[in-house]
Amino acid sequence: MRNLWIFISRYNAFFLFIIFFIVGIYLTVKNNSYQRSVTLNSSNEVVGTAYERLNIFKRYLNLGMVNDSLAAENAKLKSQLLGLTTIDTAKDVKVVDTITNQQYTYLAAKVVKNSITLRNNVMTINKGTVDGIKSGMAVIAPQRGVVGFIRDVSAHLATIQSLLHKDTKISVTLKKNHALGSLVWGDGNFDIKKAFVKEVPNHIKMYVGDTVVTSGYAAFPAGILVGKISKANVATNDNFLSGELNLFTDFSTLQYVYVVKDKKAEEQKALESLVKPNE
Amino acid sequence: MNSRIIIVNVIRWFLLLFVQIFLLKNMGFYDLSTPFIYVLFLLLLPFGIPNILLYLLAFGTGLTLDAFYDTMGVHATACVVLAFVRISFISISLNRDAIDDPEPSLSYMGFQWFSLYAFLCVVAHHLVLFFLETFRLTEIGYTLMRCGLSCIFTLLIILLVEFIFYRRTPR
Repeated sequence: MRNLWIFISRYNAFFLFIIFFIVGIYLTVKNNSYQRSVTLNSSNEVVGTAYERLNIFKRYLNLGMVNDSLAAENAKLKSQLLGLTTIDTAKDVKVVDTITNQQYTYLAAKVVKNSITLRNNVMTINKGTVDGIKSGMAVIAPQRGVVGFIRDVSAHLATIQSLLHKDTKISVTLKKNHALGSLVWGDGNFDIKKAFVKEVPNHIKMYVGDTVVTSGYAAFPAGILVGKISKANVATNDNFLSGELNLFTDFSTLQYVYVVKDKKAEEQKALESLVKPNE
Repeated sequence: MNSRIIIVNVIRWFLLLFVQIFLLKNMGFYDLSTPFIYVLFLLLLPFGIPNILLYLLAFGTGLTLDAFYDTMGVHATACVVLAFVRISFISISLNRDAIDDPEPSLSYMGFQWFSLYAFLCVVAHHLVLFFLETFRLTEIGYTLMRCGLSCIFTLLIILLVEFIFYRRTPR
């Protein structure tokens, strides 16, 4: 013990150095966020790498068990396959057709004539009654955005009364709070990228950037993206709010459109015709 | 240790730290070369100082600098390293019993011994300082360059100060 004390006091400079150095490093790492983060990160890296190595090793040890389970699964699948190939499929097949349960189906059509510069614009597509198109069907743009309604149909062609028409009114909602409104174009605005949402109830708060989608009440399926509000709360003379929106549809470059076939359109129309207007 | 040495060292401590904190802290060439003149205080402490007192003074001086530089512990650690280098160098290069000079300054020890002494201490101090500040080895080239350029700057100023206060004393 005495020798140890002699040894320590003989080299006291070194031991004192070690003590003070450790205190200094400790203070540095403790009190400086940068140094602390570096220390923590590197120690995390070391620990993580160690775990990774360990994991590789563990996986190797488990190989036998994994092999067994794979073989069992293989056998099961093979027996199932045997059962399938021996069935005479031509004899008795009952197909559950999920497609017919779907309310809306889309039919792609090519635009053969388009106009955007007139007050009332109409475009023509290359699908007609042969393809099952009827007057009043909704038409949407390929990526996002609405186009209009089918107006007149011939055997192989159909005309679309596009949104850029004074008679076109599409039922829309604000995606945020489901406030109803109707989408119209015109009224002093003949920019093909802009339209108006009108007849939004007065208590609704509308903000620039709100997304407008179709309501699903008319021929359009619900939730088709229409545009984003660019000017909110435009004052009108009636008791409703209006807003200007940027359309997602680019009518000037429209090449293909989707015609929306609504399976329940006839049914809905028939049902609603029972309600007399001024009952 | 008489009271005169203590007073001189206290005045030196205040002067050097004042210059370091209020003048040299704002100096630097392209963030590459920063002088740390305050180490001169630790270099010029008298020979007879006990090791534990030397370490405490070094640590305390470093902590004071840290308080002003917002780098808790970095300067303190570097100063402790400097103290260790100082003790080692003096015990190797000088015969402990034959030391009759009061302090290791240029006036007493001569240019050759003092410049080597200052060089080793400053290099050790700056290496620890800059590596603790960077705290990673990926930027080692940049750190070494900063360290080297700062060493040159610090040494130049230390020698300049020592020559200004040079007193021709009989050896």
